[in-house]
Amino acid sequence: MATQQHKRPLSPHLQIYRPQLTSFMSITHRATGVFLSLGTLVLVYWLMAAATGPVAYQQAQTLLSSGIGLLLLFAWSFSLFYHLCNGIRHLFWDAGCGFEIKTVYFTGYLVLATTLLFTALAWALAFTVHGGV
Amino acid sequence: MQLRSPLARVRGLGAARAGTDEFITQRLTAIALIPLLLWFVGSIIHLARADYATVIEWIKTPWVTVALILLILVLFLHAHSGLREVLQDYVHHEIIKTIAMVAMKFFVITITVSSVLAVLRIALGG
Ligand code: HEM
Repeated sequence: MATQQHKRPLSPHLQIYRPQLTSFMSITHRATGVFLSLGTLVLVYWLMAAATGPVAYQQAQTLLSSGIGLLLLFAWSFSLFYHLCNGIRHLFWDAGCGFEIKTVYFTGYLVLATTLLFTALAWALAFTVHGGV
Repeated sequence: MQLRSPLARVRGLGAARAGTDEFITQRLTAIALIPLLLWFVGSIIHLARADYATVIEWIKTPWVTVALILLILVLFLHAHSGLREVLQDYVHHEIIKTIAMVAMKFFVITITVSSVLAVLRIALGG
């Protein structure tokens, strides 16, 4: 503020904190939110390709099942499951539940575990049920 | 000369009363997205290897058309309100922030309309 006359104390810089599960998961929620938002463009592209016709759709499918395509889809699915599970954790907090430190850590690890499980399950299904992506 | 400090000018006026809507939009869309996205991801896994005709037939199923359009609308509402919050936190220059928010709004509306139209073209097409 231009008119600020006193050197008021600021909160300490983020870098001086020891990394913690809680702060790490908090910023990851935001990072996955932004990444997922970018990923929605792929959904838009896929739908528009399908609306355009068989050739465009085939092009989209080829692109999505290429190495980079699969890598992006994998990152997107991982981010989605993380953001979804941690989002549910956020909703419980918004309802006023789960603020005890022990609970916060328990639900934190629970979110990490379910994220890994869901991601693994989704890709196992994608690869086994139809014999490949 | 401005004699009153900024704090004195706003004291007693209460909150701007503009934040609660945003908060509620973000939570309601989050709740709606849970079933919508689980359904969508499940369907996509199922359709991963499907040919063009199968995918089109799937989108043409009346309840799928509705669910897809709902997903698109809720998804972009959630993403837009979330991204706006992120911009508000990190962009401090008032003019740049306003330009970024307006540009983002135009962009989000454009892709929302484009994707709904894509679904409708498939659903209503011959
Ligand atoms: C592809 C889908 C999604 C996208 C693109 C997306 C995007 C975003 C973005 C950009 C934010 C703002 C991040 C921030 O302010 O830190 C956000 C916040 C949030 N999202 Fe999502 N999201 C998606 C799915 C979901 C789902 C399925 C849930 C279900 C619970 C969810 C729950 C939340 C919650 C509760 C917040 C607010 C977090 C807070 O209070 O800081 N999101 N999302």
